[in-house]
Amino acid sequence: MVEVIKGALSLGLLWAIMTIGVYITYRILSIADLTVEGSITLGAAIAAHAITSGMNPYLGTLIALLGGMAAGLCTGLLHTKLKIPALLSGILTMIGLYSINLRVMGKANISLLRMENVYTVFENMGLEPTWATITLGAISVAAIVCLLYWFFGTELGCAIRATGNNPYMVRAQGINTNTMIIIGLVISNGLVSLGGALIAQNQNFSDIGMGTGSIVIGLASVIIGEVLFGKRNFFMRLTSLVFGAITYRIIIAFVLKLGMHSNDLKLFTAITVAIALSLPMIKDFVNPPKIAIGEGEQDA
Amino acid sequence: MLRIDGVYKVFNPGTVNQKTALRNVSLDMKEGDFITLIGGNGAGKSTLLNCIAGVYGVDKGSINIAGVDVTKLTEYKRAAFLGRVFQDPMMGTASDMILEENLALALRRGKPRGLRWGISNKEREVYRELLSHLGLGLEHRLNVKVKLLSGGQRQAITLLMATLNKPKVLLLDEHTAALDPKTAAIVLDLTERLVHENGLTTLMVTHNMRDAIRYGNRLIMMHDGRIFLDIQGEEKKKLTVEELLARFGSASGQEFSYDRALLS
Repeated sequence: MVEVIKGALSLGLLWAIMTIGVYITYRILSIADLTVEGSITLGAAIAAHAITSGMNPYLGTLIALLGGMAAGLCTGLLHTKLKIPALLSGILTMIGLYSINLRVMGKANISLLRMENVYTVFENMGLEPTWATITLGAISVAAIVCLLYWFFGTELGCAIRATGNNPYMVRAQGINTNTMIIIGLVISNGLVSLGGALIAQNQNFSDIGMGTGSIVIGLASVIIGEVLFGKRNFFMRLTSLVFGAITYRIIIAFVLKLGMHSNDLKLFTAITVAIALSLPMIKDFVNPPKIAIGEGEQDA
Repeated sequence: MLRIDGVYKVFNPGTVNQKTALRNVSLDMKEGDFITLIGGNGAGKSTLLNCIAGVYGVDKGSINIAGVDVTKLTEYKRAAFLGRVFQDPMMGTASDMILEENLALALRRGKPRGLRWGISNKEREVYRELLSHLGLGLEHRLNVKVKLLSGGQRQAITLLMATLNKPKVLLLDEHTAALDPKTAAIVLDLTERLVHENGLTTLMVTHNMRDAIRYGNRLIMMHDGRIFLDIQGEEKKKLTVEELLARFGSASGQEFSYDRALLS
């Protein structure tokens, strides 16, 4: 039992990085960015290739971050400069990345077993592997949350948040909305790719199919976080994403323990997200909003 | 301050829906001019404002603001010169952001956005002071999301935002049309006060003839993409609704369309 929670915690922390990336596009920019399905694998692929060719794992992880940012830039340019709808821009980059990821890895999957990775340093300090992951995951997530909290409080960050909210107003204030969207996509996909690199090193392999459905997992985590841990202010929102990602992993660990076949997981996640997204409608249906009607008005 | 030379704007060129919205429009606004722009539906008032603001490019002619040719500049670049308030109270503010964040975005209009903190404490004091002048009690609500405020409050805020960083030209696009008469009157009074206090060059589109006559030092009437009447100075001060209708009739050779203009 403790082992299950520990495992969910470690995995949840790594997926939290990816979740924060999804949050930036989905909630802040109001764009459903499918690039993430490709950029999470790109991160894993770059890290795996770097490590197997003897590069320092930290440097490899950093390059993975940069690779994801480049993917975000690509989607951003397709969307803003070539005026391709955001959803389609993301799909195009995602499909393109499939081939790029195969090129980077040279084959469909790479094993990282018994190779030095970013967690090795912590294991050498005497931590068992899961705790090593939790330690590095927690440090990374805390750093990212603090960094983003600062960034989205700056003039530039405020302009990006406003762009997702009301682009007309933002342009009237002299801000180039295209640049803001591109910056948002770059940061988002950089984080997703970084998450992918850390996940691959945690599971000791990188696989071409590991990104499939990741957008839905990200969305599920965002929504669970919002529903369970509130969204009062921006700092709370960011931390709620982390708890959302961890909660999602705990839920998954439990349904697997209860006997669900792991092949059914994606269907389970998709249904969960569909229900979560339709919650406001379901609420109104089950419990219609009461409208105060005066005595006289009822007859009219 | 604002010079428009022979501007044409055609929508959907080459299709059955082709519509010439502006035909050879020229206008010279002096510094401190407060022009009210009136006309029926489809006269080209909003199109003219949007062409000045850079929402649409023009097909012919040029636009010059404070000595700078802005004809080819994008909307966000022209924003450095312009304060804008829209007809829709939802358009002028970021509704999911709090009041002080909206004001801070407007204070930095036309300036590069860097990695400095988005709002300084010093600004907050200024905002409180300015908001208290509006008399709407907003000075205590700096941390409220703008979507929780009423349409009138939002228009008042947008107006304040447009004048916060003094614009070369203030563009008001029927900014009281979506408000109830009482709120509209409050926002109009506020408009006049802000324009007067800051000595702003202002172009205000309105449907309401009385407002067009009451406010400003110059009145322009548009019809079918052209400027038909341009009344200023003493003549403008003595103008009445009846006279305006009559003059429009003789100038255009047809009666003014009585849509919303007379009813309001």
